[in-house]
Amino acid sequence: MIEVSISSTGLVSVVVLLLIGFFLFKEAFEIFYQAGFSKVILGGSWYPTSDPPKFGMFPLIAGTLSVTALTAVIAIPLGIATAIYVAELASFRMKEFLKPLIEMLASFPSVVLGFFGMVVIAPILSSWLSPLIADRLPEVLKNTGLPFISTYLTDFCHDRFFISSGLNMFTAALMLTVRAIPVISSIAEDALTAVPRTYREASYSLGAGQWQTIWRVVIPSAVSGISVAVILGIGAIIGETMIVLMVAGGAAVLPHWIFDAIRPMPSAIAAEMAEAPYGSLHYHALFGVGAILFVITFILSLISDFISKKYRSVRIGEKV
Amino acid sequence: MTDGTNTSIPIKMESKLSRDLARGTTYSAPFELVHKKKFNLKEGFFLTLVRTLGLTGAIILMIILAFVVYRGIQVLSWEFITQSPVESMTKGGIFPVIMGTVFLTVLCMIVVIPVGVVTAVFLAEYSKPGFILNAVNMSIYTLAGVPSVVFGLFGLSVFVVTLKFGMSLLAGSITLAIMVLPYLISTSEEAIKAVPYSFREASLACGTTKWQTIRKIVLPTALPGILTGAILGTAKVSGETAPIMFTAAAFFTPGIARSVFEPVMALPYHIYVLATAGTHIEKTRPIQYGTALTLIILVLGMNLLGIIIRRRQRAKKAW
Repeated sequence: MIEVSISSTGLVSVVVLLLIGFFLFKEAFEIFYQAGFSKVILGGSWYPTSDPPKFGMFPLIAGTLSVTALTAVIAIPLGIATAIYVAELASFRMKEFLKPLIEMLASFPSVVLGFFGMVVIAPILSSWLSPLIADRLPEVLKNTGLPFISTYLTDFCHDRFFISSGLNMFTAALMLTVRAIPVISSIAEDALTAVPRTYREASYSLGAGQWQTIWRVVIPSAVSGISVAVILGIGAIIGETMIVLMVAGGAAVLPHWIFDAIRPMPSAIAAEMAEAPYGSLHYHALFGVGAILFVITFILSLISDFISKKYRSVRIGEKV
Repeated sequence: MTDGTNTSIPIKMESKLSRDLARGTTYSAPFELVHKKKFNLKEGFFLTLVRTLGLTGAIILMIILAFVVYRGIQVLSWEFITQSPVESMTKGGIFPVIMGTVFLTVLCMIVVIPVGVVTAVFLAEYSKPGFILNAVNMSIYTLAGVPSVVFGLFGLSVFVVTLKFGMSLLAGSITLAIMVLPYLISTSEEAIKAVPYSFREASLACGTTKWQTIRKIVLPTALPGILTGAILGTAKVSGETAPIMFTAAAFFTPGIARSVFEPVMALPYHIYVLATAGTHIEKTRPIQYGTALTLIILVLGMNLLGIIIRRRQRAKKAW
């Protein structure tokens, strides 16, 4: 009797996951049915409140993909470096200090990160960095009189680094990096720590240095765990809402450059849900965006689960 | 612990080794024992690079913390945390906002702990390898990766609309509870599995049933670990904004909530609304800093509490 009730409660997570999928797709069905699946996904204009409304989600998807790519470029090296530092190089005392700190960073409220981006990073970009690179630097470069530098590079700086608003993809990527570092580093650190000590000793005994050992022995044998860390980190970046909502600028257009304002998928949902009347096409369209987001993270989870399952069986018996 | 007998290791190295052994650390790289340190440009460059990059996360956290504390501390006062906002949020305190977050967090814990612990008991004690166990593990893993805003949409669709809770404390805290669930299940499962098997055998040898053993022996022993998981998990979600945005949070409520079916003001949502949507964004800046600091104190305080309990627990463990 007890066993039956416990076992059935044990299934609650499966039920919840199925319910999430069911309700998302139930609410999203309307928009895909009425407007056509490919038109919604590939449509280039998102004007949900105009008349007639346009629900082309491609600018939102492109916004999410571009900001995720930019963040990944910054956050993956930082996250893995943090993991290597904590797992391989840090002293005992430093480790005891860093690990709780990173754990705290992981649960740091993202709304505060967004707020920090708004009040600190954005003004720095628009009123300090932009004049410096877009105005002062071209003048200096022009005066050098060198053939390539004085023309192309001057124009490049002038056109590309003029930042009209600090709320853009770059600021969002910086703050998302802060969100992604603890996710990546904590999982990657577990993977590095799980590498048997004998591997390192064998490498040292062959005369390898510490960095050589890390780069050629430890990282290759932890590569499955590190790739899981990277995938889950990317999943966390894609799903992060408050940061992109507050600092990404909110323009639902295709981005052309890293200082363009964008409107990634989560921020579109969060910003527009309050003004979308219940049951309207806009409401269903936002659920459609949520369903796409759910599918993307679901696939990422499946891939990382597959990787960790596949390589876990190799690990057993090797750990010393 | 300096009574080592191995004299072939130099004194300094030996003391470091024995210190680490005494602390019980996994002494993963006895690098100095094997190598004489010789300067190598490539080695030095990459090791320094990793050291520098590795500290970035910690440094950024410190900078953000220092900034928010510096700006927030000027606003934080007894009046600020005990009074209600007045004059359309430009003056007064944030008492109802704090209470809203506290209610959400406590209710979330009340909802999630029983479900999470029972699931963990199922996984650790009753489950048999097979399709069902795989499905449960898979769903926990996937649930942990679902974006917070999707949980918000789910809460809106199920609790607010379908079950007709409306924008309410109850809808918000159940949504948050679903978000903590995977974390709590895995930490509780770990805590239950860490209870030595001999404890169970001793109990079963006294003639108890399996359920009695779990209830009287396993769960009490695992309780600190479970509580730590619950505290750390709820600390994480109490700072979340997206899940409560459509399910519980209101821009303004008169006073604190009297029933679970009322909407509440919450710290994270308050920061977001004041910083982006208010009509007096610049005027309410001090209040935004104060609210941010309060939220950080709440979240990181809970976090620190959990970490300290966990560390004590590990040090105290006798088996």
